[in-house]
Amino acid sequence: MAMTRRAKKKKSFKILADFYAILIYAVFYIPVVVMMVFSFNDQRNNYYWAGFTTKWYGELFNNHALTDSLWYSVVIAILATLISVTIGTIGALGLRKFEFKGRRFINQMLYIPIIVPEIVLAVAILVVFMTVGVRLGMGSILIGHCTFCIPYAVVTIKGRISGDDNSMEEASMDLGANRLQTFFRVTLPSIMPGVMSAAFLSFTLSIDDVVMSNMLAGAKQSTLPVLILSMSRSGVTPDANALTTLMVLIIVIAMVLNNYVKRAYKKRRKKEVNL
Amino acid sequence: MKKKNRLPALAMAGPVSVWMILFVTIPMFFIIFISFMSRGIFGDVVYDPSMESYLTLLDSTYFNVISKSLKVAAFTTLACLGLGYPFAYYIAKRPKDQAAKYITLIMIPFWTNTLMRLNSWLLLFQTSGPVNNFLQNSGITDAPVRFVYTDELVALGMVTSMLPFAVLPMYSSIEKLNKSLLEASADLGADARTTFQKITLPLTFPGIFSAIILVFIPSLGVYTVPDMLGGGKVLYIGNIIKNQFGMIRNWPLGAALSCLLIAITGLLIFLYTRFTSIEEMEVV
Amino acid sequence: MSDSIVSLQGVFKKFGRNTVVRDMNLEILEGEFLTLLGPSGCGKTTTLRMIAGFEETSAGTITVQGESVENKEPYQRDVNTVFQNYALFPHMTVFNNVAYGLTIRKVPKAEIASRVADMIDLVQLKGYEDRKPDELSGGQKQRVAIARALINNPKVLLLDEPLGALDLKLRKQMQVELKRLQKRLGITFVYVTHDQEEALTMSDRIAVMREGVVDQLGTPSDIYDYPRTRFVAGFIGESNLFEGTVEQIQERVMTVRTEAGSLLVQGEGFAVDERIHVSIRPEYVEFAKEPVEGFDIQGRIKDFIYMGTVVKTAVDLKSGQEIKYSRFEQDQSVQSGDIVYLSWKPSRAVAIKRGTEVEERYEEEK
Repeated sequence: MAMTRRAKKKKSFKILADFYAILIYAVFYIPVVVMMVFSFNDQRNNYYWAGFTTKWYGELFNNHALTDSLWYSVVIAILATLISVTIGTIGALGLRKFEFKGRRFINQMLYIPIIVPEIVLAVAILVVFMTVGVRLGMGSILIGHCTFCIPYAVVTIKGRISGDDNSMEEASMDLGANRLQTFFRVTLPSIMPGVMSAAFLSFTLSIDDVVMSNMLAGAKQSTLPVLILSMSRSGVTPDANALTTLMVLIIVIAMVLNNYVKRAYKKRRKKEVNL
Repeated sequence: MKKKNRLPALAMAGPVSVWMILFVTIPMFFIIFISFMSRGIFGDVVYDPSMESYLTLLDSTYFNVISKSLKVAAFTTLACLGLGYPFAYYIAKRPKDQAAKYITLIMIPFWTNTLMRLNSWLLLFQTSGPVNNFLQNSGITDAPVRFVYTDELVALGMVTSMLPFAVLPMYSSIEKLNKSLLEASADLGADARTTFQKITLPLTFPGIFSAIILVFIPSLGVYTVPDMLGGGKVLYIGNIIKNQFGMIRNWPLGAALSCLLIAITGLLIFLYTRFTSIEEMEVV
Repeated sequence: MSDSIVSLQGVFKKFGRNTVVRDMNLEILEGEFLTLLGPSGCGKTTTLRMIAGFEETSAGTITVQGESVENKEPYQRDVNTVFQNYALFPHMTVFNNVAYGLTIRKVPKAEIASRVADMIDLVQLKGYEDRKPDELSGGQKQRVAIARALINNPKVLLLDEPLGALDLKLRKQMQVELKRLQKRLGITFVYVTHDQEEALTMSDRIAVMREGVVDQLGTPSDIYDYPRTRFVAGFIGESNLFEGTVEQIQERVMTVRTEAGSLLVQGEGFAVDERIHVSIRPEYVEFAKEPVEGFDIQGRIKDFIYMGTVVKTAVDLKSGQEIKYSRFEQDQSVQSGDIVYLSWKPSRAVAIKRGTEVEERYEEEK
């Protein structure tokens, strides 16, 4: 069918818009692709491209500085996620469902770690720790990470709680469940998607963090991002690229699997409903 | 009347409240307190009230760092708004399920270590890297161009790492914009440009302001980008603060600089709450 | 009256493979109140949006005052719209919302002030000029939306289910007000609704739409008394429908044999042995204890349904069909379980032709 002048104008504008969007996505993805490509570079400092090799994927396990800091980071990220999601979940519910003195104040406090530059919060915590005499190490890094993960967890989960409406909980208690049963059987399952995304967010924030880890680390061991930052002066070596590539692949595979399981589960449920 | 059972409220809101007070409220007040103290001989704090640190900030060395940081942060913010708004608009105009996929597509690169992604720009632009090779092979330049450790490369790193934080809040406010308002405007005689100025822009302003806060403030305090891409030669506020608590050790000065960042943050948040609630801000 | 102001010729609208409006031909007359009536998804709103310019036609032409509008953007067309959910600008006061069209046209400030004041007077919103839309009730928002659309003195005002969000009482009141406003201003109104009662109350003419096609176009009484298709008969008011064969024709009165028995209906253009449908409104159905000449429809009274102003009686026919008749009061002479014979004046019943294009499609869907 013939297009009107208006339709033609719209169409050419759309092509332009598509092109722009692709350009922006390219800016996001180029660094990731480059990072992966250079994990196959046969040059010790990655100064120039010297040919294809897969040797770094073997050698990275001999680089103890790298594997130790990775291990350190993973342990901290897992612990930070567990602590933040636990405190964040019950905290989000408490802040949403109960009215108490100081609620507004706590709500505002939660936005400080999210908005204020991380370096400010990091030095503030450092100064308190030093003054009180807390020994720096994994514990202090963990506290630092939780301090910015908890607010994100609370905000993420709060968005999933259906207003100030308590009717679901009231129905549960009306049917004879006590508070604890109600929490585990009704409240928690209803906000589970929020809890899961809070956990994912906490883990990625913690494992990627430089500033807090850098300021609050002890003398002995540092996290992976801090190690990478210190490597950058002399050039980040390709085994770090190889390690990061592996980490990305693991996350992507986990996400795909997660999606697949979810979809299969939904399908089965649909079938059951149709029967 | 029966006394209300306070136990559930205490058990649920208690831990988060205690954590926030211990590790946010107290440290923030303490760092403000320290900024008004004096420096001891070894860089430690002497509890003797003084404005010395704030006066030091007016020294040309520090003042230049501050103004340079402000300039870079302002540039980053403007670039992110300019590049991000049309992009956010583009995504917001997709059908709902498609838009969700487009948003996920923005998030995926963030599963890659931030520093390694920054390092990629170095790899691309280094003296014998792909960009220089291309420029020389195609005869555009004879000798390699020096990109590494320049302000331009730092700016590139800042903009690319901050852009998503501008896109997301703007996307969600554009997405909320009721399409029939734009139709109503056109119906009443406004062309596309006028409609954008009079309807779209004012109604998506909260999203734009969120974007400003979420880009400008972190840009002001960041030190990883200049460290990685600027070779650590150019100092920004973030580097100076870090150094005062590390090798150089001047706690009151570092605290005063921190307070400067807190004050700027506070000012922007105050402006933001003039027209919308802080809890409306889309941060994730 | 009666020059065509908006004209649709062979208009199609497709969304992907889905045809929403097909081969629409419609002449909207100057100064009339025309309603596009139909169930959701019938293409009535899409038709309105094509006239406004928010959607482009896939084929066909739309002219406003004799001029084709295909290449005109919405802001270049002399029509204005009242939106379904008002679409008031939330960041502007009532005054600025109403003034918007004039501000855009750069009308001098003093003139804007006086014209907006007049318009706000017209919709009875004096004193609300400085309020923001979210400080208004639904009815007040509605008035602002109307005032805003009228300020540009449009040739045609398009209204997309404007009363849909209001409660019943307010809706009735606004119907009357809107109709009066239209009479007073003499502007052509094109009104979209799915509420048949609203359409009957307000319109000069109604176009009943289904599946992207106009089934029938006519005055409210035309459409109510002489539905041309079974769909129109069923959608506008309530109808009892029979299907049968014409047995004989005597001076326009046909005897029709149906499964329920034979009956009489008046109609023209039908032939003996033709299969037809017969529609009869509940209020025209009569009942008796004895058979009436020409009819032998016998049934058993099932129950009485009290509806406020009328009482409906449901009658089970031996064919299994249920027929309803309505009366202002319950007739005490019959009780449920009684056998009654149904009849009507042949001129009150409507004969509907089978095999027309619209009827065939209706058949297929069923």
